[in-house]
Amino acid sequence: MLNGLSWLNPPRIRGGVHAEERKANTAAQPIVTDFPLPKKLYIPLQQHVGKPAEPLIRVGETVLKGQLLAYSQGMISAPVHAPSSGIILDVNDYPAPHPSALPIRMIVLETDGKDQWLELPEMGDPFQLSPENISLRVGAAGIVGLGGATFPTAVKLNMGRENHIDTLIINGAECEPYLSCDDRQMQERSEQIIDGVRLMLHGMETQHAVVAIEDNKTNAFYTMAAAARHFPAIKVIQIPTRYPMGWDRQLIRYVTGREVPVGCRSSEIGVTIHNVGTAYATHKAIRHGQPLVSRVITVSGGAVGKPMNVEVPLGTLIGELFAFCGVDAAQTARIVMGGPMMGDSLPHTGLPTVKATSGVLALTQAELKSTDEQPCIRCASCLTVCPAGLRPVDMANHIKANQLDAAVDIGLKDCISCGCCSYICPSNIPLVQYFKYASGEVAARQQAQHKSEQTKKLMAARQMRLERIAQQQLEEEQARIAAKKERERLQAEQETAAS
Amino acid sequence: MITYHKPASGAHVGANKSVSQIMGQVMLAITPATAFGLVCFGWPAIFLFLITVTSAVLFEAFCIRLKGRPVKPVIMDGSALLTGWLLAMTLPPWAPWWIGVTGSGLAIILGKQVYGGLGQNLFNPAMLARVALLISFPIEMTTWANVSPLFFAHSPSFAESWQITFSGLQNLDAYTGATTLGYIKTEFSQNHILPDILQDYSALQNFIGWTRGSLGETSTLLLGLGGVWLIRQKIIQWQIPVSLLATVVVLSTTFHLLDSDHYVSPFLHLNSGSMLCVAFFIATDYVTSPNTSAGQCVFGAGCGLLIFVIRTWGAYPEGAGFAVLLMNSATPLIDYYIKPRIYGRDRQGKPLEIPKP
Repeated sequence: MLNGLSWLNPPRIRGGVHAEERKANTAAQPIVTDFPLPKKLYIPLQQHVGKPAEPLIRVGETVLKGQLLAYSQGMISAPVHAPSSGIILDVNDYPAPHPSALPIRMIVLETDGKDQWLELPEMGDPFQLSPENISLRVGAAGIVGLGGATFPTAVKLNMGRENHIDTLIINGAECEPYLSCDDRQMQERSEQIIDGVRLMLHGMETQHAVVAIEDNKTNAFYTMAAAARHFPAIKVIQIPTRYPMGWDRQLIRYVTGREVPVGCRSSEIGVTIHNVGTAYATHKAIRHGQPLVSRVITVSGGAVGKPMNVEVPLGTLIGELFAFCGVDAAQTARIVMGGPMMGDSLPHTGLPTVKATSGVLALTQAELKSTDEQPCIRCASCLTVCPAGLRPVDMANHIKANQLDAAVDIGLKDCISCGCCSYICPSNIPLVQYFKYASGEVAARQQAQHKSEQTKKLMAARQMRLERIAQQQLEEEQARIAAKKERERLQAEQETAAS
Repeated sequence: MITYHKPASGAHVGANKSVSQIMGQVMLAITPATAFGLVCFGWPAIFLFLITVTSAVLFEAFCIRLKGRPVKPVIMDGSALLTGWLLAMTLPPWAPWWIGVTGSGLAIILGKQVYGGLGQNLFNPAMLARVALLISFPIEMTTWANVSPLFFAHSPSFAESWQITFSGLQNLDAYTGATTLGYIKTEFSQNHILPDILQDYSALQNFIGWTRGSLGETSTLLLGLGGVWLIRQKIIQWQIPVSLLATVVVLSTTFHLLDSDHYVSPFLHLNSGSMLCVAFFIATDYVTSPNTSAGQCVFGAGCGLLIFVIRTWGAYPEGAGFAVLLMNSATPLIDYYIKPRIYGRDRQGKPLEIPKP
């Protein structure tokens, strides 16, 4: 009862920034669905948190759209399906959609232009299925969190069921500037999303769902509220527009008043959170048997001639996406995958889009934050905007002085890299860059330490083994000498007896 | 294929509020009060203001040159200009030129650059310089000119003004007097009581700024407007000014109600000396005040308490400079003890407990 009332008096939102939204040019037009099928698709085997999928096709094999290409391995993993029909050209290492563009394992599919679906199974009434069965089907469809976290959805449904969660939150905040793919999907596919939410509730055996939409998306709110009006279990609410409202833990606190303890999953306090895009994918998988093979991506930024939301097959190269949207390469100062706050900058456009790709931005120099770093004036803006309650200025000072342990002590590991501090800093100090560097360095040092401990252990074990062997040899030698002496003595006795 | 730069992490976009813009907005906020002071005290004040500000910038340039760094970008951040400006506002308007130069030197070199420059100093440079001047040159620092606006008949001419600033005027007594707070302090020492002392006091004149005082600190009205504007612009936060002023009001009200003959009313406290200038523009200095909202409240309250104590029982009629410096030295301590709570952790930094269902 109290939980139900807590929205009347929502706890305050901590930190955050009101970034310039720049969503208007893409949010006003419908999702483009006639993207020309690329000749080649590059499909990474790892598009999710957990273990990479294991390929089960051979080079040269012909596949149909939706056919399983690689199967899930282990508890936390997700399968990968063919985004279109065609021939498998290669299974090899290609540059990853990551700032490093280091090679990772991908399947290269040459499309045949027919885009022919696999024969899809007849789907009955899903509410007759057991909740476990829903999870299984969601898992088999390769669905992962499409907000960007890419955690396998089936695992989350299972955890929700095991923990008897009471509230499912559907994240329609879409707080990152520029991005409007969730907004458009909520406006155009509200019935399907609400159906997906009902299926998720069924899969988790949960009674209540809250769809939370930032109040800058009024059209999406009204459409979703209309679609949900027959389902009292689903409540659609508006939440304040303030980045990072879509951070799961911020949203959970705002909606339920509960705070997720450090080191816990939200399901442990009775809440699970899914993205609206994930709900849509769930609908497609359970109602139509279609695995996750495409997604809606926002292409925007000052260098984009025709900014839009476009549904593309997974594995489409960013270069082709940019060509379709009329990106001016000469104007482009930075390519960002994801939103401008948390997204990664990419070194070139020859990288594929994946399940996590909510947007691809081609930003001009004028849109970028200045890199002219000035001394910190201790204005404390970074403390004020930090949604996690950290002290970015102090952490950065420790890291600059190479006191990484001190930075960890004051909360480095609680940083969510939301970018608010970097965004607000008047001295253009790249705080998040420092934190990412330090986190990587701390992890590397721990690994090195772990390695040296292991080596020490092995050395000690080897030493003991050698000593044991030496001891054994010594004993054997002594035994041999003793036996020889014994033999000689016996021989001598015999000889004496004989003579 | 085009390859782009080294990888950069988010945020890729940023708020368009740079250091120089922040400094610029603060300057804008103190412009009305300064301009009013310059008009009220005429040419000598204008000379002093220009000398103080220019020498602050030159001292900064000199220090940066010594460090072997490019001078222009550092000067362009506006911090030295602002320091000089704030210092000038707190000086007696007819002080000789060398007060301005010495003050700027103290502020920029001893107050800021020896610590390592912008953002590194422990004490507010302008207040450090002002207090050092007050202790070293008590006569010059407590000679308060009468209001003698530009182009008024009894005001000093340009030539006389030049003399006031650069060679000192002989019969200064004709042109000077005591500030309200100074007058009250002197009268108290002769065992007079407040109702008699304040017979000629005009709250309205003090509110507008038509009174003796520091160059840019006389107008409660204009300083207050500038300060509120700065809060609205989100350049400063409300915590320090509000806690500082509230502390003074609460203390002075209490004592005034107990004994209105010997304790000044809260209105007079707020309406005199450098109260509003310090509350809005000096104590709120980012570099020397605490980082958290709660810490800022403690800091502001501490400043208010010290101002009240020094004004009421101290040897000086005004204690804002001392109060700010003392609290500046407590800032690292405040920041050590008052920290924000990390999400999902308690105040000690331990993870929260999972609530029982």
